Amino acid sequence: MIESETLNRVLSTALDGGADFAEVFAEDVERTGVSLDDGRVENLSSSRDRGAGIRVIVGETTGFAHTADLSEAALVAAARAAAGAARGGSGGTRTVEVAPRTGGARSIEVDPASIGKAAKVALVRRADEVARAHHEAITQVSARYGDNRRQILIANSDGVSASDDQTRTNFAVNAVASGDAGLQTGYESVGLSVGFELFDRYEVDQLASNAAARAITKLEARPAPSGTHVVVIGPGSGGVLFHEACGHGLEADLVRKGASAFAGRVGEQVASPLVTLIDDGTMAGEWGNYAVDDEGQPAARNVLIENGVLVDYLWDGNRARQEGRASSGNGRRQSYRHLPMVRMTNTYLAGGESDPADIIAGVDNGVYVAKLGGGQVNTASGDFVFGMTEAYLIENGRITAPLREGQLIGNGPKVLQQIDAVGNDFEMGPPGTCGKDGQGVPVGDGVPTLRVTELTIGGTAA
Amino acid sequence: MSSVTDHQAEAGVNEPRPDQLLAIASRLVDRAEAGEQLEVAVSHGFSTSVRVYGGEVESFTSAESHGVGIRVIRDGREGFASAGTLDVDVLDRMLADARDNATFAEIDPDAGVAEADGVEPVDIDLWRSDVLEMGSDDKVDLALALERAVLAGDDRVTGIRVAAYGDGAGAFALASTSGVRAAARSTSASLSVQALAEDGDRTQTGYAYDGARRASELDLDRVAKRAVSQAVDLIGASKPASQKVDLVLDPHLAATVFGLISGTLTGGRIIKGRSPFIDRLGETIASPLVSMADDPTDPLSLGADSHDGEGLACRRNPLIDAGVLQGYLFDSYTGRRFGGGSTGSAVRGTRGLPSPGVQALSIEGGDGGSLDELVAGVDNGILVFNLAGLHSGVNAVSGDFSVGVEGRMIRNGSLAEPIGECTVGSTLQRLLLDVKAVGSDRRHLPSGVSTPSVVIGDVMLSGAAG
Repeated sequence: MIESETLNRVLSTALDGGADFAEVFAEDVERTGVSLDDGRVENLSSSRDRGAGIRVIVGETTGFAHTADLSEAALVAAARAAAGAARGGSGGTRTVEVAPRTGGARSIEVDPASIGKAAKVALVRRADEVARAHHEAITQVSARYGDNRRQILIANSDGVSASDDQTRTNFAVNAVASGDAGLQTGYESVGLSVGFELFDRYEVDQLASNAAARAITKLEARPAPSGTHVVVIGPGSGGVLFHEACGHGLEADLVRKGASAFAGRVGEQVASPLVTLIDDGTMAGEWGNYAVDDEGQPAARNVLIENGVLVDYLWDGNRARQEGRASSGNGRRQSYRHLPMVRMTNTYLAGGESDPADIIAGVDNGVYVAKLGGGQVNTASGDFVFGMTEAYLIENGRITAPLREGQLIGNGPKVLQQIDAVGNDFEMGPPGTCGKDGQGVPVGDGVPTLRVTELTIGGTAA
Repeated sequence: MSSVTDHQAEAGVNEPRPDQLLAIASRLVDRAEAGEQLEVAVSHGFSTSVRVYGGEVESFTSAESHGVGIRVIRDGREGFASAGTLDVDVLDRMLADARDNATFAEIDPDAGVAEADGVEPVDIDLWRSDVLEMGSDDKVDLALALERAVLAGDDRVTGIRVAAYGDGAGAFALASTSGVRAAARSTSASLSVQALAEDGDRTQTGYAYDGARRASELDLDRVAKRAVSQAVDLIGASKPASQKVDLVLDPHLAATVFGLISGTLTGGRIIKGRSPFIDRLGETIASPLVSMADDPTDPLSLGADSHDGEGLACRRNPLIDAGVLQGYLFDSYTGRRFGGGSTGSAVRGTRGLPSPGVQALSIEGGDGGSLDELVAGVDNGILVFNLAGLHSGVNAVSGDFSVGVEGRMIRNGSLAEPIGECTVGSTLQRLLLDVKAVGSDRRHLPSGVSTPSVVIGDVMLSGAAG
């Protein structure tokens, strides 16, 4: 994207006036999307986004400017703007020479760009057919295919020079079933940091059937029983609970400002001894993966909680510099238009030893959540809410009646203490987009079956 | 801290120019081939954002951005392409991409760009030139002043997460082969802050923001006060027992709930049967106290605009009149499908296709008085500070509504203990019917919604067993 000599000159310009740190982040993203709705392929879209963000740090202040123009003149102008914004202090000039580039090579099997658009269209059409054929009560189907290739280049005044070439492919089906009690929806989505080989791992027919079956099941569902219950969370999608309920609270930028329920608790028993929580940006092929983060640091496997004891937080370059330690490879940004901050990658609760059947059998009266939807957390208090998109009653140790959608509500630090069983059936969940301060980045999460002794379920009106 | 370089002025940056953007869009549209419909949307804007923490500038971002979205319809097949630059070679490639994409779409006889419908756009000036003239120091000072005001607001405030000032000045232009030409420019400014208050081993937070067309119209004191009171008034919050309650929503919260409901009245949901309110025109769907319209022609609304996302004139569209459903919101495609044409309600950026949406929701004020008076009229309820989990807890198809709530209990007309870690459940349909009082304190909010406070009766609160 940009020549080394150009990078050197741009960084030198950014450092004019005595900045502590300067960085160029360049990005080139190409996306293709196909969407089907209401029986029709509604839209094929392509997009191209290319540009660079230049960051200059003086003391604790960051100046940032970005441009869609990658010419040297435009980059130098952006560097001046960023340096000006950071209030260049003491004066003086530093020249920079970036090191030979390190980083990730593309590691996919089938480049989505090599696949004709007709084949992508065929996938969403197939999903529509299969979901509708699943049951006569399915009245609406929408399906979406997406792929994107994101090439990034990072060079900074510490001599870091890195690049990565990331490809992600995803597919989702949403089915609406119509019954006497109104409309119900069923959703299924998959996404990996892989190319078109995503469809060697997942059958579109199966995904479409799953979505349709969820909607049909909910036609018979009864309102969720509101109040406090024993809750068993099934493998996979429950990972979002840990992402929200404690992952965000372990981000070092929030910890520093006291906006985390986990501030100052490293070394303490913050969770049940059954809990080992890991954030791992190196899990091959997973949605939240990368070779280097958006600050040029290699992705890493970071153990956050081990057997219930808080081991460490997640770090980006800025917070690491302030504490005189290394980044944990968690500096990410939505695009070249955004400043990096501490973000999760693939966050998961490690598998335990219990047989999932035993975990359910141990519950007289409770709720089994097969699929969790989106959630939200207040990182300062630790309070969270999540949508249950597929849930059932547990009666006398058996999964029984399906429940309508409702919310799970609780407090992250409390829930961590209230986990009394962890299964041996670990799975990653569906792909997610994590939002923080207005920036969205792809993240993965996963859990085995687990049991929480007390969670509040917010029911809906009957 | 030394003085800030005013880099925008230094770099000699010009204002965003609607006429120049319209020329770019028109030139591309002129390249339409026979039998091809083409629509080009172009944007250009400048923005700055300042984040402060602990009396220091945490970051200062200065940005210029461009965008283009190209829509092609040929033989009833639609394709789209977008880019974040106005470089000529990229525009050429995106036009080719959009054309290629169209060849793979299915034939849809209703696909097409908007046809001019003769409605005259209102003359609204959304541009305040002082946004571009304001110096960086002044922006930083505003954000720092907000942080100081929050910290000084109450002894129990222990800090902030961030205080921010942001502004933007942008232009948008649209041209199409149907002869539609539209161009406009607008400015905006905002302040936001998140306050933290210590509560034993927990921390409570209070978030507040304000938006306006320029910095001088921002109400810093109001933002600081709201953030502080939201945080400290939650200190000691506990989980309440499950019970039926009335919800008292101030204009901010009312805007959130009515915003969700109005989303179910948009054309995409209506033509696809994905709304609890399909086939209900002319029927009573709400309490007679509720009258609601989408009115981007109101210059006082921050959602005001002259043109919609397809270049048609914005207009006032009644949605609910004294409880009776009056209409839905359509862009040109969904309007054609439904049979009534566009209501001038297309919303979009340059990165995506237009779709029908709410632009400037307006709820009529009632005779319930101030928020305090509404609280005084409630026997058993909650004054809501915060609703959480709206994207996961509200199903816009079935209408199911189950969201986390924080606030203060109301007993016999008086505010009682703070509560949290609980949910309120209902359906969007029931919430509308259960509106039992509407305040006379209607306000234009930064979100573009204009609404008074409301009381919604008979909502299920789920907390501790009891």
